[in-house]
Amino acid sequence: MPRIGIFICHCGSNIAGTVDIEKSIEAARGFPGVVHVDEYRYLCSELGQDLIKKAIEEHNLDRVVVGTCSPRMHEVTFRKAVTEAGLNPYLLEVANIREHCSWVHKDIEKATPKAIALLRAAAAKAALNDPLVAPSVEVEKRALVIGGGIAGIQAALDIAEAGYIVDVVEREPSIGGRMAQLEKTFPTLDCSACILTPKMVEVAQHPNVSLLTYSEVEEVKGFVGQFDVKIKQKARYVDPVKCTGCGICYEKCPAKTPSEFEMGLAKRKAIYVPFPQAVPNIPVIDRDACLYFRKGRCQICAQECPPQAIDYEQQDQIIERRYGAIIVATGFDQMNPSHYGEYGYGQHPDILTGLEFERLFNASGPTGGKVVRLSDGKPPKKVVFIQCVGSRDKARGMNYCSKICCMYTAKQAILLKEKVPDAKSYVFYIDVRTAGKGYEEFQRRAAEEYDVAYLRGQVGKIFPESDHLMVHGVDSLSGKTIEIKADMVVLAVASVARADAPEVGRLVGINSDSYNFFNEAHPKLKPVETHTAGIFIAGACQAPKDIPETVAQASAAAVKVVGLLSKDMLQGEACTAEVNQAECSGCLYCEAVCPYSAISPVEIEERYHGGTLKRTVVEVNPTLCHGCGSCTVVCRSGTINLKGFSNEQILAEVDAICLQR
Amino acid sequence: MIIATGKSSLIDEMKVQSGQNPAECYQCAKCSAACPVTAAMDLLPHQVIRYLQLGLEEDLLKSKTPWICASCFTCAARCPRDLDLARMMEGIRLSMLRRREGNKFGPADLTPEQLEKLPQQALVSGFRKYNK
Repeated sequence: MPRIGIFICHCGSNIAGTVDIEKSIEAARGFPGVVHVDEYRYLCSELGQDLIKKAIEEHNLDRVVVGTCSPRMHEVTFRKAVTEAGLNPYLLEVANIREHCSWVHKDIEKATPKAIALLRAAAAKAALNDPLVAPSVEVEKRALVIGGGIAGIQAALDIAEAGYIVDVVEREPSIGGRMAQLEKTFPTLDCSACILTPKMVEVAQHPNVSLLTYSEVEEVKGFVGQFDVKIKQKARYVDPVKCTGCGICYEKCPAKTPSEFEMGLAKRKAIYVPFPQAVPNIPVIDRDACLYFRKGRCQICAQECPPQAIDYEQQDQIIERRYGAIIVATGFDQMNPSHYGEYGYGQHPDILTGLEFERLFNASGPTGGKVVRLSDGKPPKKVVFIQCVGSRDKARGMNYCSKICCMYTAKQAILLKEKVPDAKSYVFYIDVRTAGKGYEEFQRRAAEEYDVAYLRGQVGKIFPESDHLMVHGVDSLSGKTIEIKADMVVLAVASVARADAPEVGRLVGINSDSYNFFNEAHPKLKPVETHTAGIFIAGACQAPKDIPETVAQASAAAVKVVGLLSKDMLQGEACTAEVNQAECSGCLYCEAVCPYSAISPVEIEERYHGGTLKRTVVEVNPTLCHGCGSCTVVCRSGTINLKGFSNEQILAEVDAICLQR
Repeated sequence: MIIATGKSSLIDEMKVQSGQNPAECYQCAKCSAACPVTAAMDLLPHQVIRYLQLGLEEDLLKSKTPWICASCFTCAARCPRDLDLARMMEGIRLSMLRRREGNKFGPADLTPEQLEKLPQQALVSGFRKYNK
């Protein structure tokens, strides 16, 4: 017979306010196997834990039940306490009488019997608890960063500086991401390339970092400490060892196609580097645009390349590596605002998105750094900026605020004034949101020193009239309708999750919110962790954010990774599935539902009527098992059990609750 | 101006009739920017919603805007908060009618012939629209 001790926590008045502690104690004394019952005001406090430890010694307890808050909150605390008193931590059972009882009920007369039932169930289960030992997992001292934007670069640098090996996988031919597309950064007007390029070079040259550009993650298996990852390195058709980055190939290439980096505003060649500061400075051949790959002739790049680095025979390569931890930093996209009919985006060359407009300022951009209208090449004298295009719009866009638009619009209006001194900017806004160091001051400078007219209201219609765009809007503060003969319109479109974010989420095994942004494990206290151990997130793949925030989050994720990699061993999951092979019918349903590929079929030999019989059963790999319990539900013979949550234990709990009635 | 803090029966009625909640509006004024008939309005469409939010029932009753509204639904199609302002305008018009005119007609005002020929549905909706 077990010797069970029950400890009931008041949690101040959180529990005691709605649950009659005296009655609960009295009832608990009558539960089978219970030899000691006590209560305390705050059981999680040091004194409360000491109370449990002392009682274990004095009353020779071998099972402990605590009636407290959710096990999510303090199971670890109490497991530690009983371990210190010499018990196996899995002999502790938590009855959740706060979240599951006192917090959701008002009537003490009804909550008390429920609390007693929960305690009775916990005691019944505790009697059947077995001591469990969590397996140890070796940690692979290598990290993977998915995404080579500023988030990925910063995270990789921090991990590398801490002395660990890190690989950065970037889909595009160069690292740099969105920040590389920007001309200047707010609120300091630093040249984006001037502050980003040194970091790109630093990460590329760091002895602990390997850059895998033009590569994509194909498969992620395993678990924290030991993720087995397959990475596809797409064929560049250029030998990276021979290539000197001279650029003759893309100078001579005759095939042109819209440049992704220039948001389609300019053309690039079929063999190309996305932008002049690309890292690595090794071109790739775009098969879909290349004349040789499409029509079988041309090969001009191969003929012209001085070191003969062009290799049309190159194949995609699969790299398989093991990593201890992964950071997902896959960035964001811009919403295409074509469905906003009133703005006419896509129907007129002078109606641009913010990022497209940004490219006009850049010396290597589509206009060579001249801010001109794409329709006639003249500098724009009146530019209308429209905020919240697709943001804060639950009807046709995204419900959330995209956070960066107020600031980059102010920045672009200032830059415009500097490039075209007689230009006038108008900003239609709903609210100006400038929370951040130096942000409010910056936006005010735009309004006060750069003559930017802020109009609180929206635009209802834009239509072309001879050589300009008539913008019909309203200023809600004066209550006047407004018409502006504009030369150019810039739409601050919503920042959205990458189109393939759900796919990436599935691939690495992390979940997303309803906008497909990756979910952090806790909105306040675990901002870079995910619900999957060993996988972290950084940057705008989690939510729209600006560069300082992205960099801070990347460093935070890096610290988490470094903390993990600094351990040689990790404690695995003790509550894993186990199968009784004698009863297993080999139906393999469990194998099909296991999300972690922890179950596999195995052939065993059995004695049968004097002879031997071969038959298929399953076995569980405890290091892969996360203890989710899916297999126990589908098992037809009910012979898979989750350790710590066996069928017998669960039924004992159910019985204990039902018996009361 | 003293902002009415008490409950406004007109606004409550409008909420029931239109199924729209003016509190959901964040005053971006997209409706006013999109509206084709603002030139003839004394209050812009977004200001009507603002008056509803502030409970300025008396001022609303004096406004011509609800009667200028052509129910073209451009505001409703463009509203980022998914509010149907055209429906709200109709709700306001109904409430105004009931207030101003009292009961327009009752069953006794109809001839037996009218009562027989008019579809039941038209009768019911007529009473609902034009009676308190």
